[in-house]
Amino acid sequence: MTDVTVVEEIKTEGGLSREVLMNLGPQHPSTHGVLRLLLQMDGEIVERIEPHIGLLHRGTEKLAEHFTYTQIFPLTDRLDYLCPPSNNLGYALAVEALLGIEAPVRAQYIRVLMAELSRISGHLLITGALPLDVGAMTALLYTMRDREMVMDLMEMISGVRMHTSYCRVGGVREDLPDGCGERIIEFCDIFSVRISDYEKLLSNNRIFLARVENIGNITGEDAIALGLSGPNLRASGVDWDIRRDAPYEIYDKLEFDVIVRQDGDCYDRWKCRLDEMRESVRMIRQCVQQMPTGAVLIDDPKIAFPVDKDLLTQSMETHIHHFELSAFGFKVPAGEVYTAIEAPKGELGYYIISDGSEKPFRFKVRAPSFVNLQSLTERTTNIKYLADVIAMLGSLDPVMAEVDK
Amino acid sequence: MALVLPIEKIISHFDGRVTLDAKVTDMPCIKVPPADLINLCYFLRDDKDLQFNFMADICGVDFHPRTPRFQLVYHLYSIPFNWRVRLKCILSDPPVAPTITPVWTTANWHEREAYDMYGIVFEGHPDLRRIYMWEEFEGFPMRKDFPLRGYKDEYNPFGADPESDGAPK
Repeated sequence: MTDVTVVEEIKTEGGLSREVLMNLGPQHPSTHGVLRLLLQMDGEIVERIEPHIGLLHRGTEKLAEHFTYTQIFPLTDRLDYLCPPSNNLGYALAVEALLGIEAPVRAQYIRVLMAELSRISGHLLITGALPLDVGAMTALLYTMRDREMVMDLMEMISGVRMHTSYCRVGGVREDLPDGCGERIIEFCDIFSVRISDYEKLLSNNRIFLARVENIGNITGEDAIALGLSGPNLRASGVDWDIRRDAPYEIYDKLEFDVIVRQDGDCYDRWKCRLDEMRESVRMIRQCVQQMPTGAVLIDDPKIAFPVDKDLLTQSMETHIHHFELSAFGFKVPAGEVYTAIEAPKGELGYYIISDGSEKPFRFKVRAPSFVNLQSLTERTTNIKYLADVIAMLGSLDPVMAEVDK
Repeated sequence: MALVLPIEKIISHFDGRVTLDAKVTDMPCIKVPPADLINLCYFLRDDKDLQFNFMADICGVDFHPRTPRFQLVYHLYSIPFNWRVRLKCILSDPPVAPTITPVWTTANWHEREAYDMYGIVFEGHPDLRRIYMWEEFEGFPMRKDFPLRGYKDEYNPFGADPESDGAPK
């Protein structure tokens, strides 16, 4: 749905040059959601890009100020809806830092396992969607097939395919089901072969390469100034991964490489994600192998529901705690905290100011997609034609739900 | 990398105009008056021993009905040294702050968001417009005196009565 407005007609020696304003979106398959781009064009050449966002603004931060700490989990699910476990994890870490508690080790492994599964789910979509945007349709059908396997695993673990809300403050909701480990390893075996298939399918595909190579280059210095993070930054040669440099949960016990590429063009951003999926598979295998037995939720009736549901009918005290927790939530000591995690899109930060009540005083999400999308407006990148805008947008991988919060 | 952030160096460089907020425990937190904000940002970014080159986030806060009412919170990160630091800038009402877009390009949208949600005006910002709400929207939705359900109008029959002052729960 594009409509065109003529801004001015410029007479040149060669004839008539027309500056036009063009709307791309908000209902357009290549804008990955409800993004409206206002393009100032001189023929096929893009002079200026002006993104208009906010069409999906749901006031997550305002709502969170009126919700208890447990009720906020579903809100975080709906930020980057391709990888809810990762969003849950970041938020849980922030509240746990305020409370001064730590989840049991098994719960930390499960969280990391889920976060890496969700990274695969998020990266798989873009691995297929960027080629689709630039005309190679086949890949998306295959990546969606494999994404379905991840969804099945999510459903097996948490009961839900997409908006899992599986994390809790102080652990995860419930333990892994029986036989889960084997299913995950089986998935890893199948999937590591499939990643090579995608590479074979696309990385030598001349039509795909012509559309993404040396398009939208961002230098490392520019990328940092633009606040890019995650694969978008690492594709520009900046070696920074929060999982390695400021490890949270049990990432320091896992072996993995940080994928860094040098050119910072659309292809590198795509390839960086493809290679990151391999590392995720490595981490998932290690999680399954290393996972200890034990509790998955802290044993504090003021914060967490009892794991043993039979206690509810037997112990009056448990019953009262359960009621208090359901009806009023738990109080969090006054203070403030900023926690950042390496979400699939980049640095996902939660800044929470607590005034000592059951609800946060201020809840701020540092959404990576919001920051990444901004770089589209920058003219330092070598986007020239309208078709390059689509490739650039696809390679930046914004999720509009996260951009608009 | 067990280097410790030389916080005294920052404090002494500004002759005590900036102070350390000792109440904050999760990372070093520097309180800075709006007049020194931009110089502090340049100093933190360009000093060889600090190199806070990554601006992660700008967050507006409304402490209504307390005064001073507004606050801006900046989160910076030093990629070479793996440090984080938080800057706090207290603003009166109506809130006006200098822009830090010359220091970090990424501040552009963050500042537009703070303006949209809190009405904080950034002096010198190249393109200070609303970012989430539409242009005709009145009021600043994240302020504490703005009702959760918005104000009643023809599109929002469930909103709060503009005459009443309390925010409905």
